[in-house]
Amino acid sequence: MEGIEFQDVSFHYPNGFLANEGLNLKVSPGERVAIIGQNGAGKSTAAKMMNGLYKPTQGKVLVNGVDTKEKTTAQIARMVGYVFQNPDEQIFNSTVIKEIEYMPRYFHLPEEEIKARTDEVLSLTGLKDCRDMNPFDISYSTRKFVTIAAVLATKPLYTIWDEPTAGQDCKHTAILRKILDYLQERGVGVVVITHDMDFVVNTFDRIVVMANKHIIADGTPEEIFSREDIIRESCISRPQVGNIAHEAGIKKTILFREELAAYLKEWQSKRKEQQS
Amino acid sequence: MDRIELKHVTFSYTLAENKALDDVSFTFEKGRFYGVIGENGGGKTTLCNLLRGLIPNFFKGDLSGQVLYDGTDMNDLDVDALSVDIGYVFQNPFTQISGVKKTVFEEVALGLENLGVPPKEIVKRVIDVLKLLEIEHLALNNPTELSGGQRQRVAFASIIVMDPDILVIDEPTSQLDPEGSRRIFDIIETLKKRNKTIVLVEHKINMIARYCDEVLVMKDGKLVRSGSAQEVLSDALLPSLGVRLPEAAQLAYDLADEGLPMPGIPITDEDCCRMIQERWGIHGGN
Repeated sequence: MEGIEFQDVSFHYPNGFLANEGLNLKVSPGERVAIIGQNGAGKSTAAKMMNGLYKPTQGKVLVNGVDTKEKTTAQIARMVGYVFQNPDEQIFNSTVIKEIEYMPRYFHLPEEEIKARTDEVLSLTGLKDCRDMNPFDISYSTRKFVTIAAVLATKPLYTIWDEPTAGQDCKHTAILRKILDYLQERGVGVVVITHDMDFVVNTFDRIVVMANKHIIADGTPEEIFSREDIIRESCISRPQVGNIAHEAGIKKTILFREELAAYLKEWQSKRKEQQS
Repeated sequence: MDRIELKHVTFSYTLAENKALDDVSFTFEKGRFYGVIGENGGGKTTLCNLLRGLIPNFFKGDLSGQVLYDGTDMNDLDVDALSVDIGYVFQNPFTQISGVKKTVFEEVALGLENLGVPPKEIVKRVIDVLKLLEIEHLALNNPTELSGGQRQRVAFASIIVMDPDILVIDEPTSQLDPEGSRRIFDIIETLKKRNKTIVLVEHKINMIARYCDEVLVMKDGKLVRSGSAQEVLSDALLPSLGVRLPEAAQLAYDLADEGLPMPGIPITDEDCCRMIQERWGIHGGN
């Protein structure tokens, strides 16, 4: 029963636009999954059905066995925390700490529990020094961490992040990875929507590829990036090293620098043997 | 406008403890494409705000040093008039959209209307720009009901329709997929060919490597490196300044460590492929 499960799910917007069609997917506790695909492929719509923000117009979405259609969005959102693409749509408090404490206070948690949770997420997200600042006085990229901290403070069972690496430098991308490890250790299932393929191959074991309203592939980075047809249909790019190897005419699927270095080393020694 | 010169510019935002810009001197020349990179909080966006004249007029604080536009000191200029010469595409497309216009077409036309451009010309220029950015089909949509990537393109369109001499662009592709990013960069390159000066803040280092003439690295408010893209982005010390090397360059350094040096340090994927093919004689089929 545990997990987020899509059973033959379709979604039509009220204006009749079909954004998702026939989706089948399961995300287990402690699992992390990257959803990739072009803008307009239906990624955000699918993600919004995971936390009950949208309810499927056909099929079922189950969160730990609970049909999202039978609960309010608020009830589902307590289990599945959503970090929006644009932090400014989410933040409404006057200080970082107030923003983070807001939901725990709304749930009437005891003071000690609120303090323990906020201290933990502040240090996890690297926001300690910004604690009392107005979220709109800190940079856009740091604001994204405020929304992540606020969601983590609710202790969700699952969380969905929309484009977390957009505008982040390498130091902050590393912090994002650290938070994902922390969540995985605690059995939280995480779904991340992203266009950042280097982040994907370095962070995820499972990739779901969407194209034109459908899920067209679901597998490991190696499986996905070895499929020329999938890459073409979904218009995804390879991770940078993969692209270099591919463009250089190397047939083997290569995703990491170490792999390419090892490949070239072997290639060179083979050639030396042939020559001698 | 041909040139913007910064001389020992230091700036702190009101009440902030640290200097957002610390003794920055640099000259931006006409028709060049500059990439600005560096850690978050390094001063990139502050530099953009300064170039556009939003510092110290909109964002308050202590400013010292000189900013010269074609030799004229910023203090002797009407900063509102600067907005005609200098277009600024904000980092967050959600803040740039006016919110007062009901269609994308009107949104993109807004700036030209304010300048009193004749209606016939407005229509022509707006249509041209919508075509250029491939958002013609959105002309009658409400700008507030678009996806992040679509808004980013509308925000971009509403600036380039003004045809400014200098474009300051803060992370134009953060919400876009790879194909969308490439299209934006191709458009920026087209603008450069029309002799526009471009100042671009961007984290996608491979894009900077591929398109920019010169690169500036900001750290803690200081301009810590500047020079040709090749020179700056092949510098092994770049990571110590908080910026990742392009994958191509990092690969070359890794291979050198393995005893497999490349003929040079490539910064673009294309150069890297070429060097791999030359060095190892790979021509596919293996």
